[in-house]
Amino acid sequence: MTISNQHKICAKRVSVYYGAKKAIDDVSLNFDQRYVTALIGPSGCGKSTFLRTLNRMNDTVPSARIEGDITLDGEDIYDPSMDVVQLRARVGMVFQKPNPFPKSIFENVAYGPRIHGLAANKTQLAEIVERSLRRAGLWDEVKDRLSDSGTALSGGQQQRLCIARAIAVDPEVILMDEPCSALDPIATAKIEELIHELNGRYAIVIVTHNMQQAARVSQRTAFFHLGTLVEYGATSDIFTNPRQERTKDYITGRYG
Amino acid sequence: MSETLVAQLPVGPAEPAERAPTDWRTQSMQRRIRQRYAAERRFRLLGMAAVVLSAGFLAVLLVTMVYNGASGFLRTEIALPVDFANAGLTVDPARLKGPGADLALAGAGVENATKTAAIAAFGPQGSDLLSDGAWLSVRAAIKRDPAIMRGRSIVWVPASDAIDIAAKRTGSPENEAIVAHFKQRNAIATGFNWPFLTASDSNDSTRAGIWGAFKGSLFTMIVTLLIAFPIGVLSALYLEEYAPRNRWTDLIEVSINNLAAVPSIIFGLLGLAVFLGTFGLPRSAPIVGGLTLALMTMPVIVIAGRNAIKGVPPSIRDAALGIGASPIQVVFHHVLPLALPGILTGTIIGMARALGETAPLLMIGMRAFISAPPAGLSDPSTVLPVQIFLWSDQIDRGFVEKTSAAIIVLLVFLLAMNGIAIYLRNKFETRW
Ligand SMILES: Nc1ncnc2c1ncn2[C@@H]1O[C@H](COP(=O)(O)OP(=O)(O)OP(=O)(O)O)[C@@H](O)[C@H]1O
Ligand SMILES: [Mg+2]
Repeated sequence: MTISNQHKICAKRVSVYYGAKKAIDDVSLNFDQRYVTALIGPSGCGKSTFLRTLNRMNDTVPSARIEGDITLDGEDIYDPSMDVVQLRARVGMVFQKPNPFPKSIFENVAYGPRIHGLAANKTQLAEIVERSLRRAGLWDEVKDRLSDSGTALSGGQQQRLCIARAIAVDPEVILMDEPCSALDPIATAKIEELIHELNGRYAIVIVTHNMQQAARVSQRTAFFHLGTLVEYGATSDIFTNPRQERTKDYITGRYG
Repeated sequence: MSETLVAQLPVGPAEPAERAPTDWRTQSMQRRIRQRYAAERRFRLLGMAAVVLSAGFLAVLLVTMVYNGASGFLRTEIALPVDFANAGLTVDPARLKGPGADLALAGAGVENATKTAAIAAFGPQGSDLLSDGAWLSVRAAIKRDPAIMRGRSIVWVPASDAIDIAAKRTGSPENEAIVAHFKQRNAIATGFNWPFLTASDSNDSTRAGIWGAFKGSLFTMIVTLLIAFPIGVLSALYLEEYAPRNRWTDLIEVSINNLAAVPSIIFGLLGLAVFLGTFGLPRSAPIVGGLTLALMTMPVIVIAGRNAIKGVPPSIRDAALGIGASPIQVVFHHVLPLALPGILTGTIIGMARALGETAPLLMIGMRAFISAPPAGLSDPSTVLPVQIFLWSDQIDRGFVEKTSAAIIVLLVFLLAMNGIAIYLRNKFETRW
């Protein structure tokens, strides 16, 4: 099992129910520290549900119930002794719709480090904010108006602000749920570039409906259908040489 | 190629050969359009009429109140010549300095001296022209300047309410004549009625003031706010953020909604039974009034608070949880600040209702005649609306304008309270 050293997150036989309805059926999937992994599949197949099990955001849905094991660095994240707050600091998340806090740009990024006590003083906090905004490729656009409201930015800028906010707490994994679906092609290109830059430093899992995007940004791709994992492998294999008929149909259908 | 494609197409119902385009200029069409515009106009007119009507009612209310009440803030004074040297006042000048002065002067017979002076100056019925409290002005004059006790001096004293009314508006013919007579000699003047703002209730309308009731209202409102606001907000937060959704919480929700609709007098009975009966708190006290009104205000705050909290977008919660904020941090850093304007709106409504409430306070004894302002939360006192109610019950004509004046004070109190709340709400309002 030497290879598992590379596995940041291991999901083993995971099923998720919303009430009596099974949304994820027996999915086993490992995420590699070095890779960007793309989750693709038709709408309603459970990609978001699966993604949200990885940082226990599904806990906020009262009807949701999960079976199976998910480990982060070998620790069971659903173990009762696991601290959910800390887990979510280690596994950051970027949502489909940009959701900056209605506070200043600075406060948006500084909030996480502040509640986790990551900065000893104001200068350190300002450094973290600047570094995060630089990494998110937003610094040059906002450095002169850090005290403006985060909600006054454009959609693409807001999404990069949310990414800056996520990386400000120095997570180990970043989950992204269709981060570009509300953005125009130029903003999308910026985010993709950003994902390339973040690749390697963080394990990244991204849900996307855009096949080209999956092909461009990821090294691994998982195809979901009706709550099951149909196929998982190197992105180049999945897109050029899918083993399953369903994968092929989906990919070619999209390429049309 | 195209032939094969056509052959494969499913055969649908045959389209009519020619489909006439919609003619927007036919008569029926024109009529429809005219009706649509007419409906639009009618609706706008109705809305405008409603606004004008309610604004009109408000204006009529305010104008009548100000018209009737404004003179309540004025009082008439008469120049009374007093011959102090021969009035037989026996008082040690040394005692006029310091806290014992009032007592010393009361014992020295100032009241009698005032009466005698009035009879000497205005004839046998002279003392009827003056307010029962006229001697208080004489006493104050002596305290201001003890030197006047050595000779004759003119002191301005409040007129009786009959003269007061004759001077300010129309009184009986005799009184009008007296006023005219005084006016010729410049011995009568109407000025701002400071004692109305600084005195408390009295049997004599010329001496009655609003301060005691105002202070009582203030204390009561403070107690209500301090109890109802935190408990209401915390309940709303708990019910929205933490409570599981089950039959019990449904039951609580229904109970709270019903509680908000319970007639206020029932809260008075509850206050009487619980706070006075069970806990033995003092009767007529602002603390009990405040607690009783808090019971009444709380459901309003809870309902408004829950709606405001529900209105906070879930994406903000997700965002905060997603970077590892604990549930309590989510609530206090994000949800509460965003919900605060809505919560404050609910609080304004609840507090405004509590301020104007009379019935429950009657039940707990806040309708007693109390002639001293409360010094603390457990002193007997009354509140503005009850004071208005009590005065409106008086036969004495002088109390009519006092009632209206008290209503003006109550409205100003209300406006001030709402002004503060609106200021706070705007301050916390987040611009998205
Ligand atoms: N809170 C919920 N309560 C009940 N059912 C839910 C809930 N969230 C999702 N589901 C159901 O679970 C299934 C998977 O939903 P999920 O959001 O994971 O799909 P998805 O793959 O992300 O779709 P999309 O690509 O449209 O975002 C769907 O059938 C959906 O109706
Ligand atoms: Mg989704």
